[in-house]
Amino acid sequence: MGYSTDVVGAKSSSTNLLVRRIICYTVLTLFAIISLIPFFILIVNMTRQSNHIQKGFSPIPGTYLLKNFMTVIENGDWKMLRSLFNSLFISSFTALLSTYFSALTAYAIHVYDFKLRKPVFTFILMIMMIPAQVSALGFVRLVAKMELTNTFIPLIIPAIAAPSTFFFMKQYMDSALPLDIVEAARIDGSGEFRTFNSLIMPIMKPAIAVQAIFTFVSSWNNFFIPALILDMPTKRTLPIVIGIIRSADYAKFDMGAVYMAIGISILPVAIVYLILSKFIIRGIALGAVKG
Amino acid sequence: MLGYIQIGPEFVGLENFETLFAADSDLMKYFGNTFILWIMGFIPQIFFSLLFAAWFTDIRLKLKTGAYKVIFYLPNVIMAAAMGMLFFTIFSQSGPVNTIYMDITGAKAPYMFFEHEWSQRGVIALINFLMWYGNTTIMLMAAINGIDTSLYESAQIDGANPSQTFFKITLPLIRPILLYVLITSLIGGLQMYDVPKIITQDGQSVNRTSMTIVMFLQNHLYSKNYGMAGALSVILFVVATVLSILVFAMVKEREPKKKKAKKGGNK
Amino acid sequence: MNKIKRFLAGSLAVMMAASVMTACGKDEKKTTSGVDKDANAEAAKKGPIVLKKADRIKQTAEGSEDSKKTLRIYTWNEEFKDRFRAYYPEYDAANSTVGGDEFLKDGTKIVWVTTPTDDNAYQNKLDEDLKAQAASTEKIDIFLVEADYALKYVNGPYTQPVKELGVTDADLANMYEYTKTVCTDANGDLQGVSWQATPGLFAYRRDIAKKVLGTDDPVEVQKALADWTKFEDTAKKMKDAGYFMLSGYDDAYRTFSNNVKATWVNANYEIVIDDNLMNWVDQTKNFTDKGYNNGTSLWSDQWNADQGSAGKVFGFFYSTWGINFTLLKNAEDNEGAKDGLYGKYAVCEGPQNYYWGGTWICAADGTDNPELVGDIMKKLTCDATIAEKITDDTQDYTNNKTAMDKLAGDFASEFLGGQNHIALFAKSAPNIDISNMGPYDQGLNESFQGAMKDYFLGTVDKDTALENFYKSAIEKYPELKKPGK
Repeated sequence: MGYSTDVVGAKSSSTNLLVRRIICYTVLTLFAIISLIPFFILIVNMTRQSNHIQKGFSPIPGTYLLKNFMTVIENGDWKMLRSLFNSLFISSFTALLSTYFSALTAYAIHVYDFKLRKPVFTFILMIMMIPAQVSALGFVRLVAKMELTNTFIPLIIPAIAAPSTFFFMKQYMDSALPLDIVEAARIDGSGEFRTFNSLIMPIMKPAIAVQAIFTFVSSWNNFFIPALILDMPTKRTLPIVIGIIRSADYAKFDMGAVYMAIGISILPVAIVYLILSKFIIRGIALGAVKG
Repeated sequence: MLGYIQIGPEFVGLENFETLFAADSDLMKYFGNTFILWIMGFIPQIFFSLLFAAWFTDIRLKLKTGAYKVIFYLPNVIMAAAMGMLFFTIFSQSGPVNTIYMDITGAKAPYMFFEHEWSQRGVIALINFLMWYGNTTIMLMAAINGIDTSLYESAQIDGANPSQTFFKITLPLIRPILLYVLITSLIGGLQMYDVPKIITQDGQSVNRTSMTIVMFLQNHLYSKNYGMAGALSVILFVVATVLSILVFAMVKEREPKKKKAKKGGNK
Repeated sequence: MNKIKRFLAGSLAVMMAASVMTACGKDEKKTTSGVDKDANAEAAKKGPIVLKKADRIKQTAEGSEDSKKTLRIYTWNEEFKDRFRAYYPEYDAANSTVGGDEFLKDGTKIVWVTTPTDDNAYQNKLDEDLKAQAASTEKIDIFLVEADYALKYVNGPYTQPVKELGVTDADLANMYEYTKTVCTDANGDLQGVSWQATPGLFAYRRDIAKKVLGTDDPVEVQKALADWTKFEDTAKKMKDAGYFMLSGYDDAYRTFSNNVKATWVNANYEIVIDDNLMNWVDQTKNFTDKGYNNGTSLWSDQWNADQGSAGKVFGFFYSTWGINFTLLKNAEDNEGAKDGLYGKYAVCEGPQNYYWGGTWICAADGTDNPELVGDIMKKLTCDATIAEKITDDTQDYTNNKTAMDKLAGDFASEFLGGQNHIALFAKSAPNIDISNMGPYDQGLNESFQGAMKDYFLGTVDKDTALENFYKSAIEKYPELKKPGK
């Protein structure tokens, strides 16, 4: 996958290229700075005392980093670490199931020609158009009736049916998965399920990584339904705990703790992203197609 | 919200729809607000995402992009509530933006960003943009990465300039993902509520000019006016469907060749 | 184009199914609890809305053995937990771990169900679970409510009157009257009790008072603020001296809204904006136009900053907790350092009596621990010794006249430069009259303040602002209407 084709452009275009690079880096750096401003404020505020934070922002860090950290970690009612673990568990499984089954569904629609293929595709897309808020309370009631309150099942299992993830997978297959590969595998005598797992999944890696991150993040930040389903201190997720810290009474209200909790909740997501972003690099899909 | 006992739904025919489409209804205004907020965030979002995705994957530029890819996506991991808090701080009366503004212009009074129609909308659009442009960039990048590099190599040999390569090769080949981006951001835009809800304190702020359709819907859910909320979601559903069909038709019809080629391989 | 046709056909099918469902789902206009529809129809159409206590629901299942040995308490933060752990004598601190298993001395297990208030999650959770209470074997025993929405639960079907729990009138005799009004239902039964009273005062900067009014003595300053006319005169003096009288638009709101002549809604379900609220609108507009306030909103960064050393604001309307915790924190330059404006504030009664805040304990109907719940109420809210101890330890003003009057005899707040503010609270609390409180207060007050802000800023005229208020109000309460409509 070497692209050592610079020779073609000759010398006149090499200055041209330099100018383009400078422009690119300038614009990219500008956007990087803008994107980092919220993190800068967040991190600085994690080190400041509540008293100062409430009165407005100052770029000078404070000395309360450790104190805020201990406030958040040591509070027995909040159970920050436990909720961190719960969130990791729920979000990881959600991302895993959602991407795998969406890819599987998309594969079925993409590869097999069956009678209801197009209506099914249309139907799944239309589910996306129903605002999520409408069904939220009904869902909570259903969960209560099924006696699944305080379990992670109602937060993980429904993620299998993720219309927008499915849609992405389908579109990605449209552009990056030629049917010849499947044909070739069939001729080689590979079973359908094996073809999917060992041949298609690797080709889909960039798409899966992308959707895994997005699903992970939206599950990680999900507040409303978990807040109504999980009420035991040992079952709560991070956004619920952050909500409780924000709901604190006048005596306990501590913006330093709020910012610290938000900071703690962002760190693992950033790490997950860094790990998964490795998959979104040029060449993986290409290599597979060529093979 | 008084009523928290529910005694069976009651059939009212189309009364809820009549109320929503009555002359004094603000439905169209809220659709307008939603649309404006969406356009303000979406146009720059799609523009910069395409630009950055093209740059990141340009084999001639060979930019060192690792850090940028990570940083651009990062704002998406902050939950909307926290994002709201941070932007209240940034744009507050004594916040950093106002400090800079007063230093530069010499103005004596701070500019009240959350108390003017367009500056408030601007902040909402900015937050939405920041939260989603990295996301879109990544998706487009993944799509571009799926393109066979030999196409670029031969284009280069043929002497195509970067914009020709982009419009003649990249754009047509990522059309399916572009369609995905357009449809999901359209639906996401129509269903926008969390950022404006936080920034406008439940939509009241500045003469209800940032009240979106789903915020309006949520107000009905809050008051347990489920019939009205249901009617609204039906309307929203219809609008989303119609707009999606338009987008589908627009993007799909330009690639008849590709479609046929695929059908051939499809037994 | 075939694809599009199919898409259309599919959408139509889904739409039709959806509209059939939604056509059935009329709002619960007819079933709103807490309001007596028939009585309102009959009543003089312009009188206040007639309230009615909803019928209680027959418990169809009994609590399990396990549930009888478990105390389930619904709350949204740690405030009540902290009080309960520290001051309920039966709490078994030795065998309990915070956040783990907690017990009473008789072995009863304590279960805290904590749901944040964000996105209305607490009330949603509470409503869902209270609705399931009758048929559930796991009974909720106690839930906590705030004043703003207390009447929703008090007149709803899910509370048990305190008299059935063994709390007698004699037990309640020492409570401030208004704290009982908040939780009294339409039949006159008390449905919830509070350990706090939250009378409000006006907290002002001593240094500014000295400079502008020539004295910082609370008695003298009170004379300059005794009614709204004098208040405005003082505001002008502040402005002339380069200060702001108030920080934001909403600062004075509660002093007006607590002193209305009629409830928000009349028997005809019309929203009636009380004259006193229009006085607030006019005064605030006037103050804003003349630059008597700093244009902030409650809890904003600038509002907090205005209370500290860098502030230029004369004073703030604050109740008990606000003065002892929020203002104190904001006055200091550094947390706990007692620097900055610490010791440089004082309080006086201000133009009108009002209260702000407070949390009430309600017994969930169907509780399988009624004696225990009654005992908790008695110990935490009626016991003068415990009340005095809470105030001594935490500075939180408690709901017990005897205890507070005793403390008021001899008290000096270091934060307020040695002033005895407990005496002022004790003097003000019995005068709070909230007989015109109604079930719509929280939602309508929020909508009103929100809508009027545009008018203060000059973004819209008064009529548009009022129109926006009605819109927001009717979205929240579909059964209400604009007057004359």
